[in-house]
Amino acid sequence: MATLAQREKARKLQGTAIKTCFILAILLAWHLVTTEGLVSPLFLPQPGETFQTFIEIIASGEALGDLSITLVELSVAFPLAALLGTIIGYLVSTHVYSIRLFEPIFAGLYAIPVIIFYPLNVLFFGLGVESKIVHGALFGFFPIVLNTIQGFARVDPVLVRLAHSLGASRRQMVTRILFPAALPAMLTGYRMGFILSFLAIIGAETIASFAGLGHRIVWYAEALNMPMMFAYILFVVLVAALMNMLVSMLESWMSVEDK
Amino acid sequence: MISARNVSHVFAAHGTGEDLLALDNVSVDIRRGEMVAFIGPSGCGKSTLLNVIGGLIDPTRGAAFIDNVEVKGPAPKKVAYIFQESALLPWANVLDNVKVGLEFQGVASSERPPRAEKALATVGLTPFGKHYPHQLSGGMKQRVALARALSLETDVLLMDEPFAALDEQTRMVFGEDLSRMLSKTNKTILLVTHSLAEAVFLSDRIFVFTARPGTIKETMVVDEPHPRQPQFMTSDAFNRTRNRLYEALREEVLKAMDEDGVPR
Repeated sequence: MATLAQREKARKLQGTAIKTCFILAILLAWHLVTTEGLVSPLFLPQPGETFQTFIEIIASGEALGDLSITLVELSVAFPLAALLGTIIGYLVSTHVYSIRLFEPIFAGLYAIPVIIFYPLNVLFFGLGVESKIVHGALFGFFPIVLNTIQGFARVDPVLVRLAHSLGASRRQMVTRILFPAALPAMLTGYRMGFILSFLAIIGAETIASFAGLGHRIVWYAEALNMPMMFAYILFVVLVAALMNMLVSMLESWMSVEDK
Repeated sequence: MISARNVSHVFAAHGTGEDLLALDNVSVDIRRGEMVAFIGPSGCGKSTLLNVIGGLIDPTRGAAFIDNVEVKGPAPKKVAYIFQESALLPWANVLDNVKVGLEFQGVASSERPPRAEKALATVGLTPFGKHYPHQLSGGMKQRVALARALSLETDVLLMDEPFAALDEQTRMVFGEDLSRMLSKTNKTILLVTHSLAEAVFLSDRIFVFTARPGTIKETMVVDEPHPRQPQFMTSDAFNRTRNRLYEALREEVLKAMDEDGVPR
């Protein structure tokens, strides 16, 4: 076992080393093309300048104001998507005919670019926070509803027969058999829904908005303030990576007993 | 004690949607404390009859009775099930898997732990209470399923091919253990199986089913005291009964294969 664990550790270390080298190589290439004048600073600022600006927008709290707006939008959009996706998904899953009817509809809608509804959304809800919430919730809804349907529909039928034979009530069947059996698939749906909501909100902010991280990036792009724009892009990338890490950890922690 | 009266059951075939007659006017009577096996070719309705008695299937015609009360749906206070797959909840440990049966059956929560632990001790799995199903072998999983069924303290135990997912050697040992554990309990036991040896080794009576539509072709008595000893398996009496059973079954299996268009 010890050698297996060691090998596993060595493999992880190797992976980390490769990733680090890759990032360093990109930074070096970035540095070289900008300092050697291969790319105009109008399109690509130097890495040093970008990092300095990045520190400044965090230290001054400027980025945090935009971040809080984006997060407020997300904190309404995702629960809305999760609530609707879970309830509708569960209701659809209770009957084989409703699964056959609704699952292809949701899967089809999931596959079309929902962004085409954004102009309509703005007409209805305006340029403020509300249209971002609706847009984020709409994006997050589909993976959640589809995974919820799948989770409930694919419960091992022998577990259902067992619970019947044991005289389980409808409530016991749902809370003690169906829900725990569907949970891993639902958690995957929540993770995907959360990330998609976040991406959709940032995207919507870049298209038409008054505030938020996406708005700020476009605003600096239009002002041709490249160091600021790149500092914000870096900030969004880091926030997205952090969120992805957090929800993945949360997902594996919640399904830890289900291996 | 258990009886099925003129039970017929029709179900829709997969794919074609044609009506298939699975059971045709079958009647059986099983005495209290008796251990019987249902054996027959695939699709002969033996599992269907078991599920009619267990209340999981509502028969098209006829009815099943336990203690002269008509079966209308599951009766968890009277009947416990063991399925082909162990049907353990993958998210619950062994002890919780046993306790969930008691919970659904309506046993008070204070009584559940002692009864679950006692049942685990009976099947020899006390040290594995905190293990999860994925950490257990197939044979151990079926023991947990047996513990869950025993903890319910029902008079009737229905076993739907409980050995099917186990390898040959595990089945052999599990069969011997089963005979030992069950002979103490005085339960009425119905076993659906494909295995001639299991049917002979475990049962007092064997119902041989015909190919579809299933009827009872023959009933064989195995006159050997419980618990059955390993030596019984190699005795002349065992072999004679097994061979007779083989003759009776072979004909039906061939008929079933012809019906399904299996080339030979």
